[in-house]
Amino acid sequence: MQDALSRRRFLFHSVSGISATWIATHWPAALAAAQHAHNSAQSAAPPGFEFFTPDLAAEVAAVAARIIPTDETPGAREAGVVYFIDRALATFARDDRKLYAEGMTELQARAREMFPVVEKFSVATAEQQDEILRSLDKNGASNDRPFRSRPLAQNFFETLRQHTIAGFLIDPDSDLHGNREGVGWRVIGREGEHVFQPPFGYYDKDYRGWQPAAADPEKK
Amino acid sequence: MTTGQTKYRTSDEVDFVIVGSGAAGGVLAKELSTNGFRAVVLEQGPYLTEADFTHNEFAVVNQNQLTNHPELQPTTFRKTPQDKAKRHRAYVHGRMVGGSSVHFTANYWRFHEIDFIERSKVGPIPGTGFCDWPITYEDLEPYYTKVEWEIGVSGLAGASPFDPPRSKPYPMPPLPTKSGGVIFERAARKLGWHPFPAPMAILSQARPGRSACINCGFCESFGCEVGAKSSTLATVIRMAEKTGRCEIRPNCYVHRIETSANGRVIGAAYFDEKRNVHLQKAKAVVVCANGAETPRLLLLSANKEFPNGLANSSGLVGKYLMINSGPSGAGVFEHPLNDYKGFAVSRILHDFYELDPQKVGFCGGGGLDARFDLAPISFALSGGGYDTLPPGTPPWGKEFKAALAHNYTRTLQIVSHGTSLPVENNSFSLDPDLKDAWGLPALRMTYKDHPDDLKLGAFLHARIMELLDATDAKQKWASPVEEQDFAYHLLGTCRMGNDPRTSVINPDHRTHDIKNLFLCDGSTLVTSGRGQPTMTIQALAYRAADRITALAKRGDLDA
Repeated sequence: MQDALSRRRFLFHSVSGISATWIATHWPAALAAAQHAHNSAQSAAPPGFEFFTPDLAAEVAAVAARIIPTDETPGAREAGVVYFIDRALATFARDDRKLYAEGMTELQARAREMFPVVEKFSVATAEQQDEILRSLDKNGASNDRPFRSRPLAQNFFETLRQHTIAGFLIDPDSDLHGNREGVGWRVIGREGEHVFQPPFGYYDKDYRGWQPAAADPEKK
Repeated sequence: MTTGQTKYRTSDEVDFVIVGSGAAGGVLAKELSTNGFRAVVLEQGPYLTEADFTHNEFAVVNQNQLTNHPELQPTTFRKTPQDKAKRHRAYVHGRMVGGSSVHFTANYWRFHEIDFIERSKVGPIPGTGFCDWPITYEDLEPYYTKVEWEIGVSGLAGASPFDPPRSKPYPMPPLPTKSGGVIFERAARKLGWHPFPAPMAILSQARPGRSACINCGFCESFGCEVGAKSSTLATVIRMAEKTGRCEIRPNCYVHRIETSANGRVIGAAYFDEKRNVHLQKAKAVVVCANGAETPRLLLLSANKEFPNGLANSSGLVGKYLMINSGPSGAGVFEHPLNDYKGFAVSRILHDFYELDPQKVGFCGGGGLDARFDLAPISFALSGGGYDTLPPGTPPWGKEFKAALAHNYTRTLQIVSHGTSLPVENNSFSLDPDLKDAWGLPALRMTYKDHPDDLKLGAFLHARIMELLDATDAKQKWASPVEEQDFAYHLLGTCRMGNDPRTSVINPDHRTHDIKNLFLCDGSTLVTSGRGQPTMTIQALAYRAADRITALAKRGDLDA
């Protein structure tokens, strides 16, 4: 309830330019829905893992950190992507557990084969890690529009890539533990508000509305 | 979750069973129940409402929360009847009360006059079953207007010089203009083209119980949590339930329409949530299950009297599938557009809707729109050269992240929408091997674009690049024109016509073969229009309801 109330305050606070009366009149179900959806659990790291052992989590997090690295801006680590993947494997993506187990074994074997002094992936250098992952990513990533089939979905690296991206960019209000504190959205420039009003961007801020073209020809 | 109070027993012989609650089924439910008939709507998917809709992109898009599931209802695909079909996700459709009208983009173009009479104007086209509709734009015009006013469509009448005549303006002004729309409009004007505010089935002004669009940005692919998107769920289904004569029954997977010894339908058999089978009895059945599931159901219902499936004496059930075509492109600009805010499309143009085949060398036409329709995960996962991240962007690592961070707010997509010609081999049929999770034959899609469709694609590709060249985009590209193997639009598979040998239903939407069986959805379409079919499907549904009501009232449906 506390969360719902703070969410409500946040909503009213964040939609500058729209009065509470406007919302009450124009927005019958949204408040309830937004309150319902909000779950503050993601603001902090979850207490522990539901599926991963700490060791396995460290290895998965290390791979995710190369898919979306931390540089001048936050990456997969800061977004808590490994917690999203853990939640996924504990719940809706149970079927992928075997893929992760086998894929991780192969990844570690590959790491030792390529760099005999490297004990495990997570302790290799970033350059070494990228080289290892490139050797696994030989099929290339899928690049299809939403809903289309993803033929490489059974490939471990591609699955982990997709899970990492989803964990980085998922709605932070979902209960999937990804995009912690909205850092993924901040990196790509997506504002976190629930309601927007025009002007939306640079090119429509001075737009004066649609006018017929000066010399519109007769309808053909 | 709220459902209406009206409940019927399966043994009650209601006036109509309506299979499917999407764009057409929802309208027929409302119209027929308003006209005094008792109706049961059987819907495969769940009954979700605004309170159930979230911005959880992973659940909605990647896990198919609102759409057909490729594991539970798998499909196969092949290019020609000579090929062996392989398992492949071939199409997506809404699978919930409201159907695809819940997650759609909500582009609401009317068809133009030409779409109904193009065969007469252009002449025959080899390799196609191209023909005129048995009805014209004038027949449908009052129903287009009815759609706009009843469900709520935003737009500006008279803004396009290419628009067909209309009897009334739109009920509300267009939605706001996005940065992408402004760029599109300015570039198109430079080229002498005629961009105009996109007609959208999204409210620009509130209606009772429904908010105006709040521009939340989770629009295409998502259910609208404020009822601004004019889905049948947010509009006519509520009205149907209020009549007290219509029951919307969710989680009912209709797998068979039963017929009696005298060749009439007697009701629809379905699996309930626990996979128990029931038969809902009815005086007549209206199938509105979409252009894939409608022919499938007719084929699944084959029996001794109708060995090739119901209503299939022509052999055309499932044939002449049209899915529309058109490449897309994108530009990346210096400053943020933030086109992720709001609905998907704010400007379109129809300068190429009607082309002269003598001049361009193919039959067909299309429109262009300025859009941004990808939520963040989809944007990142669709990268690498189609219409999101620029070609050559690596799929992971520092460069990938940098491209995402720079481009997400600065990208404009230009999507083209065009004709598919009706080719008999392009079809849905029952796969001989693959079964769905209920043990029913899976659907097999056979599709190979007609050469003219590919030529149109190349034409539209050139127009997209021309438009992008007229902007100051820092980077621009368009997707290659390729043969398609995936469909968002499912059209033409039980086409309307006067001749029972060359069509499945007559202009009253009644099947030629069975007096009390009607079909109305994308499968009805005789031609594909130029890529935005839902408005026409709904206009047809309003018209079909009038026709069916007239037949029923004069006793023409009785045994």
